Amino acid sequence: MTVQQHLRKADPRDHRGANRDVVLTVDGLDVATRRLPLLTDVSFRLTRGERVGLIGESGSGKSLTALALMGLLPEGVHAEGSVRLAGADHDLVGASEKQMSWVRGRRMSMVFQEPMTALNPVMRVGKQVEEGMLLHRTQDSRPAARAAALDLLARVRLPDPASAARAYPHQLSGGQRQRVMLAMALANDPEVLVCDEPTTALDVTVQAQMLELILEASVERDAAMLFITHDLPVVATVCQRLLVMYGGRIVESGTVEQVLTRPRHPYTRGLLAASDLELVDEAGRLRTIPGTVPAAGQFPDGCVFRNRCDHEVDRCTTFPPWAGQQEHGFACWNPTGEDVRA
Amino acid sequence: MLVQVLRRLAVFVLSLVAASVLVFAFMAVLPGDPAQIALGVSATPESVAATRAAFGTDRPLVVQYAGWVSGLPVGDFGSSYVSRTAIGPQILDRVQVTLWLVLCATALALVLALPLGVLAAARHRSASGAVVSGVSQLGIAVPSFLAGILLVTVFAVRLGVLPSGGWVPPAQNPGEFVRHLVLPVVALGVVQAAVLTRYVRSAVLDVLREDYVRTARAKGLGPLRALARHGFRNAAIPVVTVLALQVATLLIGAVVVERVFVIPGLGSLLLDGTANRDLLLVQGVVMVLVVAVLLVNLLVDLLYTVIDPRLRAG
Amino acid sequence: MSTAPDSQPAAQPAPVLGARGPAGRRRATAGLLIGAVLVGLVVLTALVSFVWTPYDPLQVDSTARLLGPSGEHLLGTDKFGRDTVSQLMLGARTTLFVGFIAVGLAAVVGIPLGVFASMSTSWLGAAVMRANDLLLAFPALLLAIMFGAVFGASTLTAMVAIGIATIPAFARIARSGALQVLSTEYVLAARAAGRRRVGIAVRHVLPNISGLLIVQASVSFAIAVLAEAALSFLGFGTRPPTPSWGRMLQESQEFLYLTPRLALVPGIAIAVAVLGFNLLGDGLRDRFDPKLEDR
Repeated sequence: MTVQQHLRKADPRDHRGANRDVVLTVDGLDVATRRLPLLTDVSFRLTRGERVGLIGESGSGKSLTALALMGLLPEGVHAEGSVRLAGADHDLVGASEKQMSWVRGRRMSMVFQEPMTALNPVMRVGKQVEEGMLLHRTQDSRPAARAAALDLLARVRLPDPASAARAYPHQLSGGQRQRVMLAMALANDPEVLVCDEPTTALDVTVQAQMLELILEASVERDAAMLFITHDLPVVATVCQRLLVMYGGRIVESGTVEQVLTRPRHPYTRGLLAASDLELVDEAGRLRTIPGTVPAAGQFPDGCVFRNRCDHEVDRCTTFPPWAGQQEHGFACWNPTGEDVRA
Repeated sequence: MLVQVLRRLAVFVLSLVAASVLVFAFMAVLPGDPAQIALGVSATPESVAATRAAFGTDRPLVVQYAGWVSGLPVGDFGSSYVSRTAIGPQILDRVQVTLWLVLCATALALVLALPLGVLAAARHRSASGAVVSGVSQLGIAVPSFLAGILLVTVFAVRLGVLPSGGWVPPAQNPGEFVRHLVLPVVALGVVQAAVLTRYVRSAVLDVLREDYVRTARAKGLGPLRALARHGFRNAAIPVVTVLALQVATLLIGAVVVERVFVIPGLGSLLLDGTANRDLLLVQGVVMVLVVAVLLVNLLVDLLYTVIDPRLRAG
Repeated sequence: MSTAPDSQPAAQPAPVLGARGPAGRRRATAGLLIGAVLVGLVVLTALVSFVWTPYDPLQVDSTARLLGPSGEHLLGTDKFGRDTVSQLMLGARTTLFVGFIAVGLAAVVGIPLGVFASMSTSWLGAAVMRANDLLLAFPALLLAIMFGAVFGASTLTAMVAIGIATIPAFARIARSGALQVLSTEYVLAARAAGRRRVGIAVRHVLPNISGLLIVQASVSFAIAVLAEAALSFLGFGTRPPTPSWGRMLQESQEFLYLTPRLALVPGIAIAVAVLGFNLLGDGLRDRFDPKLEDR
């Protein structure tokens, strides 16, 4: 089945998710070290089967958002606010290790960016896939888990799953390892799949196959997916909705079409311009966003983007309130294009 | 895999040969004639020549070396120029004593260092972790012979609960054997445990930051289980490296500790040999110690390939 | 510099993960400080001993044997009536002298060998490292005992033996550090520009691995202090009557019941020196390589 067929099967009529079940609700998520704020007031919802892209430059806080959802923040980094998973009777923020262990890998799972380092180098691949199923008792015996692991490895289209299961990670290519990662993430049919740049580390030729697999997997299982990437064409193929992140905040949201064709936030516009290789400025140079992403804690007061923004006005010294709805809106005092604020 | 093991064995044999040449050559540069020294200045030239022939020192160095080295594999270390007795049996006798000491000390070091190092790493931001780190740093600064002297002062001299030294073979009296073994083993083992704890801590800390441990946690494993199932085997690689160096240090440390506790091991044999200028004996003991170090290195290298599948390729 | 969005697949929270927590940094700095103070104490003691000691450390006084601490003899006297403080001060001198020469010898021989091995493409480079591995099978104490057996034990044989046994540590660290520097772009550029190897070694490699080497020197110094003490204890180091901590310990052994102080004083001195150099080395390592956090 091709991606297109899958997309057709997953009826895009309700892609705003308004009339489908909400699976994950993130509300006012703040992440910080003792001294530095890293994420501020991140709020969004994922509905069943919905595929949402989280885009932005390196250092804008995308991966940290993913880790915060999974409760896997590095030491010394703390989350506040609320992350609710439908059917779980506790908030994931501040949940105990025991509560999170039950959620992780069972109801929410994650595909990491680096297939080269994300697999245990001294454990056979098959065992690593089996582990999650035995842990969450979705397979009740070793042989059953082994059979299920082989099935999963076949479904992520590893040639010769039996020998792949016996292999150690270093004996597989990067693309094959990422397929294993995906098989591990899918092992317990999670309701939420978080993919953190799953194709960035792969060869271009392998990327498309991997995307297709991920898409297929989420459509088949009707799993909600948060797809983190910096690659706009990828987002356009895989996702239905987009969240644009900068400086640890969500600065714009909307459907893929809304965000990519009618961006309101100058940052989103900058991202789009920079990824368009046909768009050049007066001097004939490719368009870029001026400056670089500041280090954590070095973002300006008020609007986090104002030191790189060509639309800055006086009011930008205070952070702009969210304009529009959570599903479609932006945070800017002086947006580009039509102004829904008026 | 097999090729690798064979190659490693070849390196081991070559190292043995090179080490034996070094040891022999070093001892051969000594000025003076063993026969002359053995007989004293009043000896007649004829008797010196006869003794030389008896010692075999009248032969060219290469022949002497070949004779010495060819005996080593079967435990023939030649006969002492001083006591005129065979060296091999003496060494064999003493090796057992030192082996007890070193093996027990290694075991003690492991038993202490593994849990403490893991604790210090897992709690490296809390007070308990800092205390373990600090104590191990202090422990490293105390040489084992100093630890031995302090232990004797407290447990033998002040409290009188354990003997201050000496050795009772296990076959003769197991209870006394253990009582005599306790203090030297603690002196050697605790200091080594301090060193090892730091390496275990640092290896576990490294592993805790690895992506695959995070992957394991993303599957739903709790932090300790993720560490136990996915971390330990990876952390074992650097720890085993250090352990090999430690066994070498322990072998030599035993020489000093044997002196403190008056234990008739290889160390005291070596020191007595030097004191009596019994060079062939010194040569033999040094060779045994060097072979032991090389052997430990060989075992560790082979152990690597068991632990880490990445090293099995090719 | 302008950026296209996300040109590198870098880990996003890098500034957080890479940075050391304030607690870790404080502890590292505290370690460095304590280490520097302890080492400074030993060095100062040794320096002062050149111009002043409370008594002549070699002066035997049969009327003042095994005295306890008092106003006259702050740490008492030994079995010959020699003043312990004075002995301790001269012992610091011996310790530092042996450590300095041994570490210096190891550095002077080991560093060029390591850098050479890193740059050499011929069999010679590999041979150097093989020889280095072989040398590792001869620990300092064993070498010193061999030297003592052949040449007669002295401060010189102890220093040389410790120095030779320390060569592999320097050669290894110099080689691995140099290999890293050699793979950097600016060195590749310098090589492409036709700079000679010796020039690259002196201009680029050595300055860039100096931090590593200083750390190694500090750690090796601690090991040298331990080895010297053990050798003097066994009678394979400094000869009497020159005071040394290891021999003070050895001489104390027969009086453990009467005056354990005689063992404790040099023991503490040894521990202070070793702890100082170890902490200094660890602290400097944290300074030079911020990626290696608090260990």
